[in-house]
Amino acid sequence: MSEVAVKGAVKRYGSIAALDGVDLTFADGEFFGLLGPSGSGKTTLLRSIAGFIELDAGEIRIDGTDISRIPVHQRNIGMVFQNYALFPHMSVAENVAFGLDVRNVPASEIRERVGESLDLVRLTGLEARRPKQLSGGQQQRVALARALVTRPKVLLLDEPLSALDKHLRQEMQVELRRIQRQIGITTIFVTHDQEEALTLSDRVAIFNKGQVVQAGAPRTVYQWPVNRFAAGFLGEANFLEGKVVGVLGHEARVAIPDGSEIVVTHQGIANGANVLVALRPEKISIEPGGSQAPRLNRVIGRVQAAIFSGSSLTYRVSVGDRLFVVFEQNKNRAPLVEQSAVTLEWETADNVVVQP
Amino acid sequence: MTPTTRTRWAILTLTGPAYLWLACTIFLPLLAMLALSFLDKSPLVPKPASFTLDNYGAYFSKGFYWPLTLWSIQLGFWVTFFCLLIGYPAAYALAKRIKGRWREAIFLLIVLPFWSNALVRIFSWTMVLRSNGIVDMSVQAMFPGAPSIDLLYSYPAVIIGLTHSYLPYMILTCYIALQAIDDSLMEAGRSLGATAFTTFRRVVLPLSLPGIISGAALIFVPVIGSFMEPRILGGTKGATLGMNIEEQFTVTANWPLGSALSFILLAIVLIIFGILYPFLRKQGGEA
Ligand SMILES: Nc1ncnc2c1ncn2[C@@H]1O[C@H](COP(=O)(O)OP(=O)(O)O)[C@@H](O)[C@H]1O
Ligand SMILES: [Mg+2]
Repeated sequence: MSEVAVKGAVKRYGSIAALDGVDLTFADGEFFGLLGPSGSGKTTLLRSIAGFIELDAGEIRIDGTDISRIPVHQRNIGMVFQNYALFPHMSVAENVAFGLDVRNVPASEIRERVGESLDLVRLTGLEARRPKQLSGGQQQRVALARALVTRPKVLLLDEPLSALDKHLRQEMQVELRRIQRQIGITTIFVTHDQEEALTLSDRVAIFNKGQVVQAGAPRTVYQWPVNRFAAGFLGEANFLEGKVVGVLGHEARVAIPDGSEIVVTHQGIANGANVLVALRPEKISIEPGGSQAPRLNRVIGRVQAAIFSGSSLTYRVSVGDRLFVVFEQNKNRAPLVEQSAVTLEWETADNVVVQP
Repeated sequence: MTPTTRTRWAILTLTGPAYLWLACTIFLPLLAMLALSFLDKSPLVPKPASFTLDNYGAYFSKGFYWPLTLWSIQLGFWVTFFCLLIGYPAAYALAKRIKGRWREAIFLLIVLPFWSNALVRIFSWTMVLRSNGIVDMSVQAMFPGAPSIDLLYSYPAVIIGLTHSYLPYMILTCYIALQAIDDSLMEAGRSLGATAFTTFRRVVLPLSLPGIISGAALIFVPVIGSFMEPRILGGTKGATLGMNIEEQFTVTANWPLGSALSFILLAIVLIIFGILYPFLRKQGGEA
């Protein structure tokens, strides 16, 4: 198994920088999710690692060896394509055997390893089928078996689950994780589905405009987004702009536009500074009534919309001229009616100072 | 009405006119020709005609038909071969390498010969191939003192002319087949450890075989029966069975013999396809 290190990767298409100085290290055996809006360079990075794209600058190392000069077919990389890219004129077994066949592995060993591989993805018994005779999920498994049978150093997946319906996608997520754990292969996974990235990955990197905005464990990135983009892209966030009006140690009081004050914990914060605070909607508690006394981390507002979505409710609450988004678990309480006054409250720890 | 009878009705009403048209325009005349081939006199002769097998017998008894046939078949294979040799790489480049507006421009260049009159096209080849023609003059210009080159009225001239005429078919059918092959299949091949060439051989070629086969069929059949190119570019040397058939209709006015020879040609084509069919099916039918 292997470690992949990308250093200063740059790839330009005309005036667009698809990759604009990307540094990332994918640890041995890690499941790494690349997340970001469409056009942010995720595919370009993946294809550079596979060898389909030559970088303009920077280098990619696998286990310390620079692979820029190694052609695709010698890189020993497993790739699963978005449309699976199964060979339509070959059976399932032939598809899986392809990578071994071109390596001149003896026939008996091929048979054995194809069997193992199909076993791993739980497709035993479908060897003779054509890809067309398989469901989307089964095709996905064949693609995975085909990519893994050559025992590649790295497994690359470019939005592999986006063509599946929701139920199947969740099932395949679990499968993918199980298989990855079982063989312990370094896996780089592109997705634009943030939930998918959070559930599957050991670490994630958020891409924007060819750059890595933030990388880290899903929980860390979610809890401590570094900037507005990261906070807004991974999950939802309320952004509060304010001015520091008092500092005490690492704590600072920040006045927000509606007149109330919140408290943030931050290193080296100066009085009078303008700060941007991200606040997750699920951290806010919402209570009916708007006559509570002013307090830190408390605002009074009016419900503009209450959206019911089964297990939870989403409220849009106007506070001054701002709109707060609040998630609430669907407990045994009558939903708050629109236009009613409400009090929003949260903890100091929930206020995360982020870069604009 | 049940859905199945409704569908059946829909199919019948939708395809009916086409079948009727085909029956009237192809099948009936063909039947008339078949009947004609068993008569001992042309319908032009104002005497009652009677049934005979002589027209078919003539093919086998007269020694010169067999070499003509052989040359026709050879011509079919050569032209198909050269069309494939030139057309497939062109189609590949067009489908897989050239993108955007260039593709349309090059496509236009390929189809352009189709829009010119066939006779004009063939006669312009005589200008190129004759001694003192364009080929000859270019060779003389590059290698002064080289022997004069006169390709006109030779086998190669016929093959060159026919290849030029039929090349677009091969390019178009192969282009369509190659176009349909997703680029990710080729990338998958290479990511699995196959070189570009192995990927081509194991993935692209088998998947584009239906295009090659339909192109070959579209070329082989008319080339075997061709008479215009052989006459103009091959003269007496390039005589084909097609030329002889045409003469039976236009020169000697022996329509029954012409018909009989036509059906023999048809039979030969069918036999050749019958022999190749299992092989082609195995290779291309699965794609
Ligand atoms: N072959 C190409 N030619 C021109 N521009 C490209 C090409 N491939 C990618 N790009 C551009 O590079 C940027 C990054 O693309 P990509 O890596 O595919 O993004 P993502 O996978 O994150 O959606 C986009 O702006 C895209 O338009
Ligand atoms: Mg992409």
